[in-house]
Amino acid sequence: MSGIIQDLELVSVTKRYGTALAVNAVSHRFRPASYTCLLGPSGCGKSSTLRMIAGHESVTEGSILLAHRDISNLPPAKRGTAMMFQSYALFPHLSVLDNVAFSLKMKGVDAKERRAKAAEMLELVDLTALADRLPAQLSGGQQQRVALARALITRPQVLLLDEPLSALDPFLRVRMRTELRNLQKELGISFIHVTHGQDEALALADEIVVMNDAVIEQAGPAREVFNAPKTRFVAQFMGGHNVIALPQGHFAIRSDAVGVTPAGSGQMEGHVTAIEYQGTYVSVMSRIAGDQEVTALVPDAAYFDAPHHPGDRIGLTWDAKNLHQLTA
Amino acid sequence: MQARPNLTGWLMVSPLAIVLAVFLVLPIILIGVVSFWTATEFSIIPAFSWENYDFLFGSPVTYSVFLNTFKYAIITWALTFSIGFTIAYYLAFHIRTQTWQIALFLLCTIPFWTSNIIRMISWIPFLGRNGIANSALISWGVVDEPLDWLLFSDFAVILAFVHLYTLFMVVPIFNTMMRIDKSLIEAARDAGASGRQILWNVILPLTKSGIMIGTIFVVTLVMGDFITVRFMSGSQSANVGRLISNDIALLQYPSASATAIVLLATVLITIAILLRFVDIRKEL
Repeated sequence: MSGIIQDLELVSVTKRYGTALAVNAVSHRFRPASYTCLLGPSGCGKSSTLRMIAGHESVTEGSILLAHRDISNLPPAKRGTAMMFQSYALFPHLSVLDNVAFSLKMKGVDAKERRAKAAEMLELVDLTALADRLPAQLSGGQQQRVALARALITRPQVLLLDEPLSALDPFLRVRMRTELRNLQKELGISFIHVTHGQDEALALADEIVVMNDAVIEQAGPAREVFNAPKTRFVAQFMGGHNVIALPQGHFAIRSDAVGVTPAGSGQMEGHVTAIEYQGTYVSVMSRIAGDQEVTALVPDAAYFDAPHHPGDRIGLTWDAKNLHQLTA
Repeated sequence: MQARPNLTGWLMVSPLAIVLAVFLVLPIILIGVVSFWTATEFSIIPAFSWENYDFLFGSPVTYSVFLNTFKYAIITWALTFSIGFTIAYYLAFHIRTQTWQIALFLLCTIPFWTSNIIRMISWIPFLGRNGIANSALISWGVVDEPLDWLLFSDFAVILAFVHLYTLFMVVPIFNTMMRIDKSLIEAARDAGASGRQILWNVILPLTKSGIMIGTIFVVTLVMGDFITVRFMSGSQSANVGRLISNDIALLQYPSASATAIVLLATVLITIAILLRFVDIRKEL
C-alpha cells in the first residue's frame, strides 16, 4: 500500500522462555510484496517468530528489520505490521464497522471520517451489507474477513496471519485461501502466514519457510521446497516423498517419480506390501533391501494394465535426476 | 412415564417450587397482608386499613430516611466499585500465573471467615476518640485534637459498608475479567491502543455484566441493612432498615410490614432500572 516496496529481515533472532529455546538464531530475508508461509509442526517456533515480528513477544537476541529500520523494540502499532489472530480476536461488544474502525478510533480520528474509511475497507472484503452486525452473528468466514479488514485498515507494510484458516471447515478453508491469495496480489504488500498444513502452504505461498526445532530447515519457492527437499525432515513433512538410503548417501525421491516394472528389470528389487487405490493414482507400497519402505504412485490406467498384488516381486525404476541428496 | 411427559416435568420442578413457595412467596404475601392491618400499643387488629401507608407516605421522616438510605447506597456503590474494579483488574491482568491469582484471590476472602458483627465492632476501638487512629494522628502531629467524626458518623457507616461489601464487587468483576480472551488485549494493542484506551474501550465494556451483578449485590445489601448503621452511627443516623427494626421493637408489626413492602418495591424498581442498562443473562 505504501509507495515503495519494503522488505522484512530477521537477523539471528532468538527467543528463550526461561531456559527453553523457542527460536534459535533464525535469519531470513522475506521477499518484498510476496506471500510467505512459515510451515512446521506445532512447537517448532513458527508462531513465536510471527509474534516477535508483530511485537507481541519480546526478542531475546537479534534484530528484526523492516525497510532497513530496526523494529525489534517498537510497540506493535509503530512497526508497520498488522496481525490477524488465530481466533480472529474480534471485539464482541462492537459492531463489524466499529471493529474495523477501532485502530482509527485509538488514533483519535473523528467518528464520521473513521466510519467512512472502515466502510471502504468492508467493501474491499465484501462485507458492506453486514456492517451493523455483531461478530457473534457472523459465520466463521465472515468473521475472518472482518479480522482482515481490521488489520488492513492500519495500512501495514506486512500482514501477519497466525493460522488464519484453522478455525474454518475444510470447504470454506479452500475458498478463503483463494481469497487471501487474491487479496495479497491486489494490495501488493507482504503476507506472512503461519500454518502447519503443507497443502495450505503449497497452495498459497510464493515462498515457503519450513521450520523445525526452533530453526529454519529450508526456505525457498514453493515448488523448489516440495520438489527438492534438502533434509529428511522436509521430505517427510512435505509428504509425497520417499527417503531412501543408497550407497552414495540418503536421497529423497517423489513417489510419483518412482516407476514399477516387472521383477528383474528395475534399478531396485522389492516386493509389494500393500496396494491402495486413490482414484487418479494407485499407491504401490513395497519393501526393498535394507528393510526400507518405498511408495510408488502409478497412474491408475498404467497400474490396471499390469496389476500387482501384495507379495509379488517387482522392480522399481527412477530417473537419476529426480534423486535429491539430503544433507541431514 | 413416557405417556405423560407433562407430569414428569411438574414432578421434577416441584421440590424447588415448594421450597420457594413456602419460604419465599408465602412470607412475602404474609407481610403484605399484615401491612394492611392496624395495631395499638397492646393489640393487633386484623382488619383492612390504609392507615399504615397513609402514615408512611404522609410523614416527612419517611422521605428523609429513604433519601439517607439511597445516599448510603450510592456512596458505598461508588467506593466498592472503584476499589473492587481495581483489585479485580490487578488480579486478572497483572498477575501472570494462575496459582498466584488463586492465592491472592483467597487472600481477599480471608476477612469473610469472621462474622459481620465482629468485623464491624473491631473498627470501634480503632476509630474511637482515644482510639488507635486518633492517637496515631496526634503523635504524627497531623492533628492537635482527636477527630470526632471518625466514629459514630456517616463516615464510619460508609467505611464499614465498604469494608463489608467490597468483595461482593471483586468476585463477579474478577469472574467476567477472567473470561476475556487475552488475544483481544493483544488485538487492541496491535491497533495502537494505549493501556488506558484498552481499559476504557475493551475491558470496561466487556466487564459490564460483572459490574452489574456486583452492583445488585451491594445495593440490595446496603439498602436492607440496619445493624451496621446502628452500630457505626451510634444510633445517630437512620435508614429504612432501622425504621423497620424500631417498629418491630415496639411490636408495631403492621407498620413494620408496610415499611418493608415499600422498601422491597423500591429495591425491585432500582434493580429493574439497572437491568435496563445491561443484559446479565449471559453471565448466569
